[in-house]
Amino acid sequence: MHETRVPGWNEPDFPSAAKVLLEESQLRKNVKHATNVIANKRSLVVGELKDWQKLRDAGSRIREHVLENLSAYLLQFEEACTRAGGTVHWARDAEDANRIVVELVRKHAAEEVLKIKSMTTEEIGLNDALESAGIHPHETDLAELIIQLGKDRPSHIVVPALHKNRQQVREIFRREMHLEDLGERPEDLAAAARSYLRERFLRIPVAVSGANFLIAETGGVCVVESEGNGRMCLTLPRVLITVAGIEKVLPRFQDLEVFLQTLPRSATGERMNPYNSVWTGVSPGDGPEEFHVILLDNGRSRILHDEEARQTLKCIRCGACQNACPVYRQTGGHAYGSVYAGPIGAILTPQLHKLEESESLPYASSLCGACYEVCPVKIDIPEVLIHLRGQIVRRQQETGKLEPWNIGMQMAAMALKNGQRLHAAQRLGRIAQAPFVKDSGFIEKLPFMLSGWTQTRDLAPLPAESFREWWAKRPQSPSGPKTERKR
Amino acid sequence: MNQKMSGAPLPASREPRAEILRRIGEPEKTPEEILAEYSGISREYNRAGSLGADGRLQMLEDRLREYDAVVYRAHPQALPEIIAQILTGRGKARIAVPRGIPAEWLPAGFEFVLGEDSSAPELDAMDGVLSGCTVAIAATGTLVLQNVPGQGARKLSLVPDYHLCIVASSQVVETVPEGFAALEQSKCSPTTLISGPSATADIEMTRIKGVHGPRFLDVVLIA
Repeated sequence: MHETRVPGWNEPDFPSAAKVLLEESQLRKNVKHATNVIANKRSLVVGELKDWQKLRDAGSRIREHVLENLSAYLLQFEEACTRAGGTVHWARDAEDANRIVVELVRKHAAEEVLKIKSMTTEEIGLNDALESAGIHPHETDLAELIIQLGKDRPSHIVVPALHKNRQQVREIFRREMHLEDLGERPEDLAAAARSYLRERFLRIPVAVSGANFLIAETGGVCVVESEGNGRMCLTLPRVLITVAGIEKVLPRFQDLEVFLQTLPRSATGERMNPYNSVWTGVSPGDGPEEFHVILLDNGRSRILHDEEARQTLKCIRCGACQNACPVYRQTGGHAYGSVYAGPIGAILTPQLHKLEESESLPYASSLCGACYEVCPVKIDIPEVLIHLRGQIVRRQQETGKLEPWNIGMQMAAMALKNGQRLHAAQRLGRIAQAPFVKDSGFIEKLPFMLSGWTQTRDLAPLPAESFREWWAKRPQSPSGPKTERKR
Repeated sequence: MNQKMSGAPLPASREPRAEILRRIGEPEKTPEEILAEYSGISREYNRAGSLGADGRLQMLEDRLREYDAVVYRAHPQALPEIIAQILTGRGKARIAVPRGIPAEWLPAGFEFVLGEDSSAPELDAMDGVLSGCTVAIAATGTLVLQNVPGQGARKLSLVPDYHLCIVASSQVVETVPEGFAALEQSKCSPTTLISGPSATADIEMTRIKGVHGPRFLDVVLIA
């Protein structure tokens, strides 16, 4: 069985979406500002830690170790969490997970639920599933609230509304919260969110969260946040439902000493984010009376068995690769047409969904490696991108699909296999290229099905004389073609 | 084919579990082997800090201030006095306290209410909360609170708009790994790491104080 697609995502392809978004100067300004600010703050606080590379090493090894022993750690988590009073559910795909959440909410006759910002619930399209079951979800993270009230889509893993500036946020809040005199200082906007949500925190009996980490040893869950909306959702409602990817597990509580150093510094450029919560099952008199964890597969187990791509699952969702990526910094997140944007999205989305539905994403990169350099768990994203590109090309070859790329590569292979053919191709190319060489000395646009190549790069024209032609024509030295050394 | 699940069909709710575990693959190693592998993970990062007691306190104070917390220092005997000054200065009269808060901390002239007995709306109506902590991490300016006497249920340090936290110098460690070592014994207790007042940077990446958690955080270091 296959994963349900989140409606509206994965279309159109990256180049077409990017082309449209690159025209939006306000969006580009907002994205550039935000990514610059986080990237600079990150490099300051990362530079402060002399053992940063050792923390990356340890983080990477711990995550690898978990993935190699995933079923053992999941079973350990299930047992410990159950012993501590939690209930563990398993969801093969988005449909399973959404159904479990809806059933739990209905059991408590709740018509509204609180939500903590969670990429996993975005991934499974939980809000739509709730709405169609007549349950209204309230996003409580400031950025998610902006997205929800503005009927928008997240564009960044950590700062989902980074494409909106203060004036745009004010417009949304003024309209949706009916606040005529709302100011545009971030303080005013945060205060508006505070009073809008406080009454809901105190009233609504069910909350849904994601998880940053699951702890196998104790059955505990860790949520990392800034505003306190997370804490409100984790402690005030009677029922808490946590949706977590199966890869989120860590062996021990103590392992947090690594990730709570690397995650905040990578994500928001802070030594520590304002609030981290760790809870274990149900604690009488402190927090919810009922606690559910939904362990979500949704394509992850398939990634686990692809040895080269498995490292994708080490990701701790810090978003540092997005801020560092020269492509993301130009286009913003929406061009990726996916919940997960940027370099990590370019490798995660095609693997979570069907590869053929997001074929353009592994090409949405210049392979510069900036993402790998900042990754706190050392995911070699360029390596995985190339691996996925290989899969796409192989699949096209197998299915005999007549993609320009495929045909071009086959033709190149034919020409390059034989000197005479290469020579003929070069002569033909020199004649054919003449009308396309611009004053700049480059071919800026190739026609028809070749246009894909020049969409993102200029092409150097074939020279008037090839090396082989020059070699054949060059004056022979008196001692013959082999230059003899003088003794 | 891996057909370990024999006999009667699994109840519907157990099917996804079995299928996911089958997709992942059954554990191939014994728990001992996994433990040995885990213990073999090299951890060359810094565990212990290098500062003395004064340096640690200073670092904690500096880092808390960077987050916009207000930090005071007090001798143990002067604690009620300084708490009274701080609360008066902030105009606070009705303060929630957790069970087990040391009686000798509390100054006269204020109303201290047991927070565990209060509902969230009642806490919302209070002027603030006074608590201790389990450990404080200097390198990151972090106060760690757990559900133990003197710190209480998580809602106490969350719902009121103002938090006054008392930290003994003996509770201050320098590094994050030292902090987690100190928490090891009580790791199953509900735990909150607090680094400054509630904040957000969601609008134009400007860190602003105060969204849903306490907007004001004062800290007294007992030294």
